[in-house]
Amino acid sequence: MLEKAKHADPPETRFIAPGHTFGSVTEKISSAVLTKRTPVSWFIGFAVGFALLQALALGVTWILVRGVGLWGLNQPVGWGFAIINFVWWIGIGHAGTLISAILLLLNQKWRMSISRAAEAMTIFAVMCAAMFPLFHTGRPWLAAYWLLPYPNTMSLWPNFRSPLVWDVFAVSTYFTVSLVFWYTGLIPDLASLRDRAKHRLLQIAYGVLSLGWRGSARDWQRYELASLLLAGLSTPLVLSVHTVVSFDFATSLIPGWHATIFPPYFVAGAIYAGFAMVLTLMIPLRRIYGFEDFVTMRHLENMAKVMLATGLIVFYGYQMEAFFAWYSANPYEWFMMKNRWTGPYAYLYWTLIFCNGVAPQALWFKKIRTTPLLLFGICMFVNVGMWIERFIIVPTSLSRDFMPSSWGIYHGTRWDWMVFVGTMGLFLTCFYLFIRVLPMLSIFEVRTLSTSAVAKEESGHA
Amino acid sequence: MSNLDPSALRARLASTHGPTYWRSLEELADTEEFRRHLQREFPATAAELSDPQGRRQFLKLMGASMALAGVTACTRQPAEKIIPYVDAPEELVPGKPLFYATALPHGGFATPVLVESHEGRPTKVEPNPDHPATRGGTDVFAQGSVLTLYDPDRSRTIREFGEIRSWDAFVSRMQGAVLAQKATGGAGFRLLTETVTSPTLGSQIEGLLQTLPGAKWVQYDAISRDNARAGARAAFGRDVETRYRFDQADVILSLDMDFIEDGPGRLAYARTFIDHRRLVDGRTDMNRLYVVESQLTNTGAKADHRVAVRASDIEHVGRAVAAKLGVAGVAASALPSGVDGAWVSALARDLSAHRGRSVVVVGDRQPPVVHQLAHVINATLGNVGQTVEYTAPVEVQPQVQVEALRALAGEMVAGTVEVLVIMGVNPVYTAPADLEFGERLKKVPLAVHVGLFEDETAPYCRWHVPATHPLEAWSDLRTFDGTVTICQPLIAPLYDNNKSAHEVVAALSSAPTQDGAEIVKAFWQGEFSAPSGRFGDLTNVDGQPFPDFDPFWRQTLHDGFMVGSALAATDVTTTSAPVPPPSRPVQSSATEITFSADPTVYDGRFANNGWLQECPKPFNKVVWDNVITMSRAMRERLGLPKPDLLEQWAPTVTVRWKGREITGPVYEQPGQPDHSINVQLGYGRTRAGRVGNGVGYNAYGIRTTDAPWFGVGAEIAGTGEWYRLASTQTHFQMEGRNLVRGASLPSYQGDPGFAKHAEHVPPYEETLHGNEWKYDKGYAWGMVIDLNACTGCNACVVACTAENNIPIVGKDEVATGREMHWIRIDNYYQGEPDHPRSVETQPVTCMQCENAPCEVVCPVAATTHSTEGLNDMVYNRCVGTRYCQNNCPYKVRRFNFYLYADWNTPTLKMARNPDVTVRSRGVMEKCTYCVQRINAAKIQSELEDRVVRDGEIVTACESACPTRAITFGNINDRESRVAKLKNEPRNYGLLEDLNTRPRTTYLAVVRNPNPELAPEGGQGQGHSG
Repeated sequence: MLEKAKHADPPETRFIAPGHTFGSVTEKISSAVLTKRTPVSWFIGFAVGFALLQALALGVTWILVRGVGLWGLNQPVGWGFAIINFVWWIGIGHAGTLISAILLLLNQKWRMSISRAAEAMTIFAVMCAAMFPLFHTGRPWLAAYWLLPYPNTMSLWPNFRSPLVWDVFAVSTYFTVSLVFWYTGLIPDLASLRDRAKHRLLQIAYGVLSLGWRGSARDWQRYELASLLLAGLSTPLVLSVHTVVSFDFATSLIPGWHATIFPPYFVAGAIYAGFAMVLTLMIPLRRIYGFEDFVTMRHLENMAKVMLATGLIVFYGYQMEAFFAWYSANPYEWFMMKNRWTGPYAYLYWTLIFCNGVAPQALWFKKIRTTPLLLFGICMFVNVGMWIERFIIVPTSLSRDFMPSSWGIYHGTRWDWMVFVGTMGLFLTCFYLFIRVLPMLSIFEVRTLSTSAVAKEESGHA
Repeated sequence: MSNLDPSALRARLASTHGPTYWRSLEELADTEEFRRHLQREFPATAAELSDPQGRRQFLKLMGASMALAGVTACTRQPAEKIIPYVDAPEELVPGKPLFYATALPHGGFATPVLVESHEGRPTKVEPNPDHPATRGGTDVFAQGSVLTLYDPDRSRTIREFGEIRSWDAFVSRMQGAVLAQKATGGAGFRLLTETVTSPTLGSQIEGLLQTLPGAKWVQYDAISRDNARAGARAAFGRDVETRYRFDQADVILSLDMDFIEDGPGRLAYARTFIDHRRLVDGRTDMNRLYVVESQLTNTGAKADHRVAVRASDIEHVGRAVAAKLGVAGVAASALPSGVDGAWVSALARDLSAHRGRSVVVVGDRQPPVVHQLAHVINATLGNVGQTVEYTAPVEVQPQVQVEALRALAGEMVAGTVEVLVIMGVNPVYTAPADLEFGERLKKVPLAVHVGLFEDETAPYCRWHVPATHPLEAWSDLRTFDGTVTICQPLIAPLYDNNKSAHEVVAALSSAPTQDGAEIVKAFWQGEFSAPSGRFGDLTNVDGQPFPDFDPFWRQTLHDGFMVGSALAATDVTTTSAPVPPPSRPVQSSATEITFSADPTVYDGRFANNGWLQECPKPFNKVVWDNVITMSRAMRERLGLPKPDLLEQWAPTVTVRWKGREITGPVYEQPGQPDHSINVQLGYGRTRAGRVGNGVGYNAYGIRTTDAPWFGVGAEIAGTGEWYRLASTQTHFQMEGRNLVRGASLPSYQGDPGFAKHAEHVPPYEETLHGNEWKYDKGYAWGMVIDLNACTGCNACVVACTAENNIPIVGKDEVATGREMHWIRIDNYYQGEPDHPRSVETQPVTCMQCENAPCEVVCPVAATTHSTEGLNDMVYNRCVGTRYCQNNCPYKVRRFNFYLYADWNTPTLKMARNPDVTVRSRGVMEKCTYCVQRINAAKIQSELEDRVVRDGEIVTACESACPTRAITFGNINDRESRVAKLKNEPRNYGLLEDLNTRPRTTYLAVVRNPNPELAPEGGQGQGHSG
């Protein structure tokens, strides 16, 4: 009923339900943090996440003790779940950066309600992603620092020609900038929490974290500048990080990897996957915490439109891969494509085409874009589809390359799954902690969307 | 600043012209002190930085304190003692290997070898290139023997009923037993050995039999040559050894003989056969090989025309050929299905067109009549004395072994066997199942088992004596041509109680405590002082007699063979007895079963050898198992599901034959004749050791005395169960890629460079970046592999394993796809799946690409290029991202997914090559062209102030290769063998269109089909890229 009512709400320019004031916004969002009554659903969600986190601890410990042989890797498939998961998680992170940086620069106000959660998602996703390149190595205790350029007595440097070294720079930069951006955005809200907290300890904690924010004009002026600068820094990262990740494949010579289409196609895929994940998180959250007023149907619809656009780019990418495999007249490339269609992993390829290519076509319909449950379902298809896409790229290409004598097959083992599911546990644990102790929507930004802000602005103009 | 002199200041001001500004009196005074102050940019501590003493002091202190802080975290290194030699062994320079010539027994015959010894530890078997019979070359068994020597499961104690006994106790017990036997003339005494060619052991046994005239000596090899012996007896009325001269043969017909892999002459035969079809140095003619065989063998894969028929049908093919050739007294019998009359006619015409230059050879599995037939055909074709020679038997006492064993088993039941000494044989495992040898052995009151392991036979015997390994004991052996090699030990027996066969036989004699060295030397001293003539003239290479025994002995030991001891060809006369009438043809739908020795564990004696278990068997590439081989058609008729090669699962079947049954996994083998299954002996052992126990099924379980090699009437039924079958190759089609390139001889003659034309190779100059390194100075290492010479025998694979400390990983890891071999033999079929037109083998190692795709992607530069063109691996630096492996188009890199190397077993540590790093977990590894050998040779050449000579560096694979298919060297040296081979028109690089610029290149395959047969049949015809 409520949804219908809002749907009928005429002002298309508004990204917040009518009737909200500064006070009501602040109250609503901060109370989710400052309340003493934690929702039962939070406990359930956190417990699930924390339990899965234990799988990660077990999996990683045993990998360190025994070796990566626990995973299904072999000759010829040297990369498997770890790299798939790495690319998948990194891709997911991209939506957060896009929302907070590019949409900020483009002055898209609707981003304000979702940017905080999306940025948090970015950070946790990058944390999950970063684990894989490290633990997938044979000797992670050495890989942890030998890939960094540090001066040493043997004058040994990393090989700067290797895309893996580029990855190190790309991912660490990405993580650092995202973290700083996120934290900067949190400062005014942390100050609000400090001011509203009743408990002395909370006051101190939020007080320290808010870095002495007083809300003065000078504070705001500096804040705006910093945000703008960080947004400027982040913007190229949205494009560069996944481009560099795609170089891991594109610069190699394996059929199915060696493709110039990879950088744009990876970036589009990342945004696609990222928005799917933002929606996957926001649709239940807005329901549970009653944030339908702030994350409105228009938000969902806008995100669905972004998904549709990027999904079409990705689908175009699949078609171009196939076209060029044929058009290049390269027997290895063409075989690779036929192998995807009819080889041992064909069932995955066609699942991928359905999940990423066919299912999202439903988003052309407004009805589906504005029905959260259906939208959630489409997003799940995309989440799975994007994971399968990386499976198709990584092990399928490797399992049958140039020498038929060395062809093989790859299957994830229970250890592969354990670590993958474990990182979901890490993600959920972090995310649940985040929504419990930090405002999951940006209070001060949502305030600017509220009626009183609009009124102020209008009166200012008049 | 207090001691400024005002008058001096004034004077200074007065001496200047114009306005002078000063900031302080000190500046005005320009004192020394002021100048110092001015120089100090950061007056407080700055000088410390520019003062070398102070800075160094600071860094030293900081470094020392950090080092001290770090030291606490270090593990304490274990205390190791360095014990110097009190008496340094002769010629031993620590760190430099020594090589000794000796021979290893195989089926009783010698495989002449040189053995590399590091500080007294034999680590690697190399061929003996000077040996007149083989001229180098080794096989998998010789290469794997080092691991058996150090096998931790070897038996090490003398036991009676399982209780530990001393050697003296054993000797006195034996003396007593022999004494008791003397009373009856030895009627209850039996000796069971393998085939014996050792002159010393033979004379010892003959001496023993003289003192015990009633005693009997039985020889038994599960892989016996009974049929060849019986065939020769039938043809010539006496025992003769047949020797082939493939170097003289232009047309060869093999009737089920895998002369490349089987039999005592295999190394020499492979070499001479291949030498006669080596298309190098402008040679454009080659021999032609026809093979009619009952299973796909390495010989069949090299055939120009191959026909697969059941073993039972081969006799009829032979008869048809003989009839066409007009051999007297042989009538043509009906040809089995699958053999074309035109094919036989063309073959016969080809043979008769090459009288005296052709040869018909027969495998040991074919019944005597086929051997007899071949002798007659060869005589008719005038081949005797040309391509076939007959000599006196090499064995001390030729026997039809299975008959002798059957007789022995009968006596055991009758209870007339009182003392049975079993040496080197494992009859409880290998004897035909119908003899029930184990049960009967229990009836022998005093059974003695002498063996390397406490194997299946040991628990049935009262006594067990651990035997020495051939690398631990003195002995002597003869090669197939009779050339004698004195076997010298490379190491003292690892365990004190291990005794050689000579010592055990001596324990039965009147001089029971002689040691092996004395026995062997005494025999040859006797032979030297009073030559029997059986071993030639005992002269040196120039035909001059030795002045006395010592130089003779030293020379013979040094060379690894006794000059002129080969048996001379003798004239034979065919008996008047005609070739027996043809046996009744077997119904074409009857199911035949054939037995064969396993290609890697042989008769089962190598079952506990991990190197050989993990060596992929030719063609099916299965490891750690034997299979039940059948054709696709047969599998479908039986209603069995298709084996899943990709996921490495196979359906199992039960084979019921003569009332016994076995169950094993099915392998669908292209080239296997229809209506025939093949089972391999040597598996299903129960007391082989930790490696070999419970691996595979035991085919001896259904093998009987009346049909040791093949027979019809097997019943096969699927069990409905699946079995994990690990194999290193799962796809055998080339998918239209130009990996193995080949042509028929006429098209090669028309276009010698056909292989180069198959693919576009980017020119070296075509680059955006400029060529970083031209490799035009100094050494540029390269390799050429002649695919026309490769027989796929696997010797290189095991040699590489031994040389490079390559770990074994076990069946499950191989099934996952994690085998560690640095060199592999790829195998491709062409043509129809059931009747492949050709079967190609291609050894693949690291190509040492000049533009190596693996190097650019390594993030830590753990694999880099040397100035000499090697793609080096820095194991210490590798963090194991496996990116290099992914980016290697040849897929030759191997990753240590777990800690595969055995770091704990002490004896296995002794087997390691000290020049090669033992890799740890998480590290990538691969072929390095045996860089340790390259560096050893370079160091030596630098000491001698010269360049490395061509052929001075021989990689392990190259050295092991019996057919010299692999050549390594410096391609910058225009005169080197490898540089010349690279100029051959057949030379091409693998996947060269990727611009990897591989340093290893291949010489394309050329087949020589009969022009009469080539157009329609196309059997065995080469294929163009």
